Amino acid sequence: MKRYDAIIVGGGHNGLVTAAYLARAGRKTLVLERRPLVGGAAVTEEVFPGFKFSVYSYVVSLLRPEIIRDLDLPRHGLQILPLESTVVPLDNGDYLGSWADGDLTRRELARHSRKDAEAATLFGRLMHHMAMAVKPILAMVPPDPASLAPSDLRGMLRFAGHFRSLGAERFHALYKLMTMSSADYLDEWFEFDPLKATKSASGIIGTFLGPRSPGTAYVLLHHYMGEIDGAFRAWGFQKGGTGAISETIARAARSFGAEIRTDAAVERVLVKGGRATGVALASGEEIAAPIVVSGLDPRRTFTQLVDPGEMPGDVVEAISRFKFRGSSGKVNLALSRLPDLTCLPGAGPHLRGAISISPSLDYLERAYDDAKYGEFSRNPYMDIVIPSMIDPGMAPPGKHVMSIFVQYAPYALSGGWTDARREAFGDAVVNTLARHAPDIRSAIIGRQVLTPLDIERTTGLTEGNIFAGELALHQLFFFRPVPGWAKYRTPIKGYWQCGAGTHPGGGIMGASGRLAALEILRGSGA
Amino acid sequence: MTAPVDTIVIGAGVNGLTAAATLAKAGQRVLVLERGEAAGGQARNVEFAPGFRAGPLGLDAGWLPPPVARALGLRGMERTVPDLTVAVPAGPKEWLALSRDPSRAAEAIRRHSARDAEKWGAFAARVAKLSGFLEALYTIPPPDIDSSALADLLPLLGVARKLRGLGRADMVELLRTIPMSVQELLDDWFEGAALKAGVGAGGVRDIRQGPRSGGTAFVLLHHQVGAPAGAVGGRGFWTAGPDALITRLLEVARGSGVLIRSGAEVRQVVLRDDRSAGVVLASGEEIGSARVLSTADPARTLLGMVDPVWLDPEFRLAVSNIKFRGSSSKVLYALDALPELPGLPEPARSLLGTLSLTGTLDELERAADAAKYGAISDRLHIELQVPSLRWPELAPPGKHVMVAHLQWTPYQLRDRAWNEPGRAALGDGVTARISEVAPGFASRVRHREVLTPVDMEARYGLSEGAVTQGEMTLDQILFMRPVAGAARYATPIEGLYLGGAGSHPGSGIAGGPGWLAARQLLRDWHDRGAQG
Amino acid sequence: MLKTTPFHVRTAPLVQGQAWRRWAGYTVPSAYELVHDREYAAIRNAAALIDVSPLYKYLISGPDSTRLLDRMVTRDVTKCRVGQVMYTPWCDSQGKVIDDGTVSRLGERLYRLTSAEPNLRWLSLNGAGMDVTIEEISERVGALALQGPLSRTILQQIAATDLANLKYFRMVETTLAGIPVAISRTGYTGDLGYEIWVDAARAVALWDALLTAGLPYGITPAGIWALDLARIEAGLVMLDVDYHSSHHALIEAQKSSPLELGLEWTVSWDKGPYNGRRALAAERARGAAWRFVGLTVDWDSLESLYAGAGLPPQLPAVAWRGSTPVYRDGHQIGYASSGCWSPLLKQYLALAHLSAPHFAVGNDVRLEVTVEHQRRQAYARVAKLPFFDPERKRA
Repeated sequence: MKRYDAIIVGGGHNGLVTAAYLARAGRKTLVLERRPLVGGAAVTEEVFPGFKFSVYSYVVSLLRPEIIRDLDLPRHGLQILPLESTVVPLDNGDYLGSWADGDLTRRELARHSRKDAEAATLFGRLMHHMAMAVKPILAMVPPDPASLAPSDLRGMLRFAGHFRSLGAERFHALYKLMTMSSADYLDEWFEFDPLKATKSASGIIGTFLGPRSPGTAYVLLHHYMGEIDGAFRAWGFQKGGTGAISETIARAARSFGAEIRTDAAVERVLVKGGRATGVALASGEEIAAPIVVSGLDPRRTFTQLVDPGEMPGDVVEAISRFKFRGSSGKVNLALSRLPDLTCLPGAGPHLRGAISISPSLDYLERAYDDAKYGEFSRNPYMDIVIPSMIDPGMAPPGKHVMSIFVQYAPYALSGGWTDARREAFGDAVVNTLARHAPDIRSAIIGRQVLTPLDIERTTGLTEGNIFAGELALHQLFFFRPVPGWAKYRTPIKGYWQCGAGTHPGGGIMGASGRLAALEILRGSGA
Repeated sequence: MTAPVDTIVIGAGVNGLTAAATLAKAGQRVLVLERGEAAGGQARNVEFAPGFRAGPLGLDAGWLPPPVARALGLRGMERTVPDLTVAVPAGPKEWLALSRDPSRAAEAIRRHSARDAEKWGAFAARVAKLSGFLEALYTIPPPDIDSSALADLLPLLGVARKLRGLGRADMVELLRTIPMSVQELLDDWFEGAALKAGVGAGGVRDIRQGPRSGGTAFVLLHHQVGAPAGAVGGRGFWTAGPDALITRLLEVARGSGVLIRSGAEVRQVVLRDDRSAGVVLASGEEIGSARVLSTADPARTLLGMVDPVWLDPEFRLAVSNIKFRGSSSKVLYALDALPELPGLPEPARSLLGTLSLTGTLDELERAADAAKYGAISDRLHIELQVPSLRWPELAPPGKHVMVAHLQWTPYQLRDRAWNEPGRAALGDGVTARISEVAPGFASRVRHREVLTPVDMEARYGLSEGAVTQGEMTLDQILFMRPVAGAARYATPIEGLYLGGAGSHPGSGIAGGPGWLAARQLLRDWHDRGAQG
Repeated sequence: MLKTTPFHVRTAPLVQGQAWRRWAGYTVPSAYELVHDREYAAIRNAAALIDVSPLYKYLISGPDSTRLLDRMVTRDVTKCRVGQVMYTPWCDSQGKVIDDGTVSRLGERLYRLTSAEPNLRWLSLNGAGMDVTIEEISERVGALALQGPLSRTILQQIAATDLANLKYFRMVETTLAGIPVAISRTGYTGDLGYEIWVDAARAVALWDALLTAGLPYGITPAGIWALDLARIEAGLVMLDVDYHSSHHALIEAQKSSPLELGLEWTVSWDKGPYNGRRALAAERARGAAWRFVGLTVDWDSLESLYAGAGLPPQLPAVAWRGSTPVYRDGHQIGYASSGCWSPLLKQYLALAHLSAPHFAVGNDVRLEVTVEHQRRQAYARVAKLPFFDPERKRA
């Protein structure tokens, strides 16, 4: 029987990153993926013949540059194409655009509010500072604040020292960002409601909160994180879809000697005497390794892959409190032709960017109101992209694929999700789109509707939460996933976590996978 | 020219009188200027119908920090905490009444959920522990992030740990809890709708958010500061009488030589040579003083009383961004007889506490929904108290006063202005709602007065009618209260201090801001040689 | 597409080499002719017509208009008389410059403010709580600079008013060829010159009238390259080149105070409260940490550096913008942010930021020069600004 130093459960992008780093350090590493393809929620699939979709996660902005460099990803196929614009159709038939060029964006914004055009520059500068302030934390292994171990005390001092080093003004700004609602935060800067709505939309993605709920403001930062790295634009498409990113990382991992097996569902992690000893597959096969790393979400990692009896009771209880609350759905459309937006007719450059259905803060808030009482939004927030406009290989010539991220679609739909409810949800999305692009219906030649329940069933993400756990303040940093177990370890020796349910989590960032690998290499002696 | 007084204090409410007494006891000559006709501000009970008195702050006497009481020598400030602090409808003609005693509360809870009953004691202890930490925090100035934060935090941690036996794990738990929504917090513990609604109401008091909003867990803890463990909303009332605190404060202040002028509205703070030089009254009269301590809210003080040319436009913007968002209203009822509430256990005792008419967190959330769009829900969240049961002197013999606290009734309505018909409709709606649980209530109402946020603004000079002087949300507490750069009571204008509820530790901490502001002022005064 | 100015239909056909540049979101000519020497020469010898419409323009009116401007800018606006124009920077509360421009008093309660950057938000914040109306008129008003020794003669041909009495930094509302305009005796060249403000709808007619009237006097449309040479000779500071707005600076070191920029003369020390007053007073007491100065490069030194490489001095054809180190006694004491070869003075000039105490006029320093890919240091001397200051500017 083959011996491995480490087994990674789950071939999502974080698991692959962990595998690549472990293999690069000379560890014999095996990745086990339940599905026939790697990537988890970052996969490209040909849903309709000739039409390829980034089925779940569809854009990339946060992939850590150090991972790209360490793993030499461009050599393995990483190629990110720019997503340059955002257009927001407004209720009055007009639109709000944001373009790659600063002068054009300022001019467009000034068309709606001159003050906002000025404020946007200042706001961008503040976000730059805030992103600078947060960035070191993304690369920090969270210390355990309750521990008196010297390394944790040092970590806390470093953490506190980092905040002190910001100076009062930036500390206060960061504090506000961490505690306010995105609507309130943006109200302090801007007056044009659709602008506030569109910016705040990034604050609600993946959370079960409305733009007026405190705790949504800091997610705004994510839009600016990519920019300070200077390496690439904030948002982009991977050529070939997000699945190609996963494949790229998989290729890199293999190049370092990692082995990757698909169609290999792990049934459980084997534990003996409080130590992980390997995994058992659904097929009955057992594979031994002194290190097992779970790339799955915290609920699966702590309470499903292992017998909860192996975990301390307070950890199991804390995990049971960890919030998933999937709130987003996805609609993928195969189109016979490009849509024609009423507010900006024709096939202009705006179709190479995002179309955001976020006409007002009230619109988003009402979408949330529907969801919080257990309904999908009748008029949802939608982030729409047409990847085939940027990467023609995604659809047959002349045809297009459209990816629609939809919020809110609560996992806990009252009465539960059924096929009929799923189609009703799909209809709500198409109807919303048709209000801004009336010809869309006749262009649709294929429609895939994914509810949080579908996302859970296919990708395994609990409650369909795209971040493997809500990005709420009390679930971040040393609270992610639970206090005391935020350093990628678990109470079971040799059993580690590397998924987005750990710090910093969320988006195709890879940082959790990298930090986990570095901790494993540092701490395991493996 | 020597100024006739060392410090002018604006406002003779609890904070103004506390500040004035603190300053006078330290040897300052102090003049308090009150725009109303008598001292007391919102804390004062006034006659609203012949023979009936009530105050809009009826719901909660707040917490008088012991160091303040000690420093001022306030005696006889005992509070009575009713046995049943809160009762919530748990079904048709069914109520869940929570005792201040955790084991008896658990008995009541057990009728609805044995699981919840098991957990109640632990929950009560946890909340008491966490709010106890806030208690310690509320007796010292906010940590100063501008300077060496560590040096500031150390005494704070020391205080908390010594007084409360708090460990690092408790600190972590506090940090994890405060950004949560009160709904998440309660969902983690309980399953019973009525229990969660009864407790959760404390998480949304006097803010615009509903219970699903982040940070409302903190609001709950804030309102539990000073309450006995397990007593939901149970800070109680002054045993000595409805106006006990104001009366005592007036005695102490006058006894220390403080001069108090009522009917003296300050129009402007006078500035000379970059510092405050006194005030101008609405009458045009100018009174000189090198120091002014305002307990008016920060917007009224800094935007309303200071010529804008003296303030950095960015700072002024920060002040104008303070979220006041008054969204609570009151209805004061003069009753011929106590209401009868079928199913309410031990009515006489239950009515000594608070009746919260909202039975589920969803209803609470829905009541808040409309306010987000500048409208008023048709199912308001209503809490009732009968102050005349506590203090019979508030009503003629056999008669009663009832105060209904309403949320959410936003100050800014989107499609109309507050006016008399609107007020009447609001009052009618509340009466009808109360009648649902108290049949025949309407016929017992002899007189009714509706106080909307607009009325609160007009009557008490509170921006947007916010009794909080700025919502007690996470972004507006500690070193952010009222705004960064003025959290330590001194404003950017030398000699001008803020000491109202708009400053740390905020609303509901009786005299806390005034006391801490006065102490800061005294430190600066001594640094200047205690003269001029 | 970028914006175009109201004169674009006239200027565009004249741009021979498609040399365009961006200015505040507009497309404007860098030069009209393939070689811009003649455009520069017109500024100093005849009259150059420069489209300066991309400047931001605001009307400030109402009972508190004086109070608003006076609390915002560093100069004493209460002393600005109707018909007077004041050049002034404005600062944040730390005394760091946000922008600079001109304040024109059009009436008792009416001002026009020009600026390089948008300032509507800042004006509104400063005016909060005041009885004042702020209106942005940037796109409604076209602006032309007519600069050069013959500019007055040309204007007088078509002006309804006698311009002989229009003093330096004064303005008048009149007509040119029947077109209503405001004329201010201001400019960015350090020469005799005027700036003309016109309703955008009449802009083209004004352009035509000026070109017709100026033809016998050698009027020449000039682009930004020519203007840049002139403003360096005049020692005038340029936003985003010689300094950064404190609103846009990413770090403290990127901010500048008026004292550092050599604009102490624009700071009033005895007026009422205004943004940055305390910080500026403190800075004045301790002395500015650095100062914006002129440098003249020693010709012999330059020539010998190039001679070492077997070349005659290679002189820049257009003004450069960037960052070039300045040394003294072997240590870097600052940097030059703009420089040019002055065709008029026959000198290599630079505008530089030198730390205290090195900025005294007459000090010898060294400016880095790249000679044939090698970094060298040329002798240079701290010079009094402006480098060129003709009497006709004020006369």
